[in-house]
Amino acid sequence: MTDHEAQGAASMQVSDQEMIRISEMHKWYGQFHVLKNINLNVKAGERIVVCGPSGSGKSTLIRCMNRLEEHQRGEIWVDGVELTSDLKNIEQIRREVGMVFQHFNLFPHLTVLENCTLAPIWVRKMPKGEAEDVARAYLERVKIPEQADKFPGQLSGGQQQRVAIARSLCMNPKIMLFDEPTSALDPEMIKEVLDVMIELAHDGMTMLCVTHEMGFAKTVANRVIFMDGGEIIEENEPQEFFNNPQSERTQEFLSQILAH
Amino acid sequence: MPNTSNAPTQNYVPGEHPDLKPPIGQTGILLWLRKNLFSSTFNIVLTLATLYFLYLVIPPLLNWLVLDAVFQAGSRDECRALGEGACWGFIDKRLGQFTYGFYPIEERWRVNLTFLLLVMAVLPVLWEKMPKRRIMLWFSVLFPFVSAWLLLGGFGLESVNTDQFGGFMLTMIIGVTGIVFSLPMGILLALGRQSQLHFIRWICTGFIEFIRGVPLITLLFVASTMLNYFLPPGTTFDLLLRVLIMVTIFSAAYIAEVVRGGLQAVPKGQHEAADAMGLKYWASMRLIVLPQALKISIPGIVNTFIGLFKDSTLVVIIGLLDPLGIGRASLSDSKWQGLATEVYVFIAIFFFICCFSMSRYSIYLENKLHTGHRI
Ligand SMILES: Nc1ncnc2c1ncn2[C@@H]1O[C@H](COP(=O)(O)OP(=O)(O)OP(=O)(O)O)[C@@H](O)[C@H]1O
Ligand SMILES: [Mg+2]
Repeated sequence: MTDHEAQGAASMQVSDQEMIRISEMHKWYGQFHVLKNINLNVKAGERIVVCGPSGSGKSTLIRCMNRLEEHQRGEIWVDGVELTSDLKNIEQIRREVGMVFQHFNLFPHLTVLENCTLAPIWVRKMPKGEAEDVARAYLERVKIPEQADKFPGQLSGGQQQRVAIARSLCMNPKIMLFDEPTSALDPEMIKEVLDVMIELAHDGMTMLCVTHEMGFAKTVANRVIFMDGGEIIEENEPQEFFNNPQSERTQEFLSQILAH
Repeated sequence: MPNTSNAPTQNYVPGEHPDLKPPIGQTGILLWLRKNLFSSTFNIVLTLATLYFLYLVIPPLLNWLVLDAVFQAGSRDECRALGEGACWGFIDKRLGQFTYGFYPIEERWRVNLTFLLLVMAVLPVLWEKMPKRRIMLWFSVLFPFVSAWLLLGGFGLESVNTDQFGGFMLTMIIGVTGIVFSLPMGILLALGRQSQLHFIRWICTGFIEFIRGVPLITLLFVASTMLNYFLPPGTTFDLLLRVLIMVTIFSAAYIAEVVRGGLQAVPKGQHEAADAMGLKYWASMRLIVLPQALKISIPGIVNTFIGLFKDSTLVVIIGLLDPLGIGRASLSDSKWQGLATEVYVFIAIFFFICCFSMSRYSIYLENKLHTGHRI
């Protein structure tokens, strides 16, 4: 297990169990071919960072994994269930896949606690008391237990994003998808969110994360995927990816973002 | 004596600084006056002009309405002999009719009881912190049936025909029924208009556009005359019931458009977050989208309700005796000639109180639902 040695973290183990398998997947927006022949396997416990220039299809790719976007060709399997237009499959997969958005998308009319208990109560049919206990435990984990009774509009951006992470975790998902979770945040708040995500990785969560935080990629990811023009251009362990990028486009991209 | 509380040497632990009173001259009536009424020459002129206008209008109005008014009299001539102002004696004599129409006098207690129950049914719906709200809400659900039984009779009560209904009672029946049924219907229409299913979308859009494109009076005429042609001969279909249906669908079409505006204002991210956590369509609508959409729509919804309430006076055209109808009928009484002003002012006050209450409630609701900055 090379990544095991590379990370040196006994907690971040990758198992052989396959969580996501995407094969020869294509997607079009009308005439526009936005994803081209995507092949990707994700094993349980993997932390994958997806990067690439704006408009390269990163968001679209991870949004296909819980059917927020529909693919037109190829196959996507999540935790042994194929994503088709079958609503039952979609619901089953969405129960197991948490998603964190760039703009948090918390429900502004519900308190932080209600945001966290909503899905467990209505989707998992958990009793309210139990759901609240679970929610408080996760709010504790993202270090904002004292904000439980506030409304999202009363929190800072970083706090809101941590609530959004806690809200997803309350469903006890097998996979977490992150779409640029820190890019709407002020610099001083980025760290508090990344810390939570790092902790999550150490707990063995399977994570797919679209981000430009290369520090996060280096310390946490076991694989980095570079996309451009709707294709996966390059895919490697972080060390190799950053020190020895293969394609020209990757080199160009890295030189641009590392220059900052 | 030196002012020790303001001593600059005192140090506080961060977060423990005691609250100080704001400096004098930043709060209070005087400041408010200065800031809002006398801040500039133009403002001063406006203020004075307004005061002068109020001085011209208020005293005579007060005299007519209250001070010189006659509250008890047997006829118009008696009234005029007693005072210069309004002749409320007329209204007083006719109050029963204004309130109950031609509902049998010995059965009027049923209307009063219904009104009392209405208040009891409405309270738990409007007042969220009411004690025992859950049980009371069940009563609210039962209320329409109870009230129909009380007003119409049967099952042990003497039957009263709906053509005997009239006055404020009729206004309330039309207003409350219209409001209660048009809101859910309007919401369903709005959701239907956004549906992915073409068939449902076409039906809802067609319905909304048709109803909005036709004046209410036309619908009421259809209700009173045309329906007889469509229905199989011999079927009797109560006129009031037909009017209630027409008023409800008319207002539902407007509510639907108001709610559609609210639905469109809910950001796409809210739908996506609800979808991503596995909520099904109805759950995500009920728990996430509609609460936000309806909150945005409150002013428009209440606006529609107020319009509906006032438009209920149009039923006078098809022969139902709402307060305006009663008023007109009572004006032809030879003992009370020429008191139209009193009658219409009285009716206006009733409508104003009802509509103004709705407006205040909507403001209260908006404030209550305000949960900080929009996201
Ligand atoms: N709903 C849509 N309809 C049509 N085109 C779309 C739609 N959503 C995205 N696109 C296009 O698809 C391409 C990929 O979009 P996507 O959001 O996946 O990019 P991204 O890699 O996430 O970019 P960014 O870093 O800016 O978020 C873009 O060119 C975008 O313009
Ligand atoms: Mg994106």
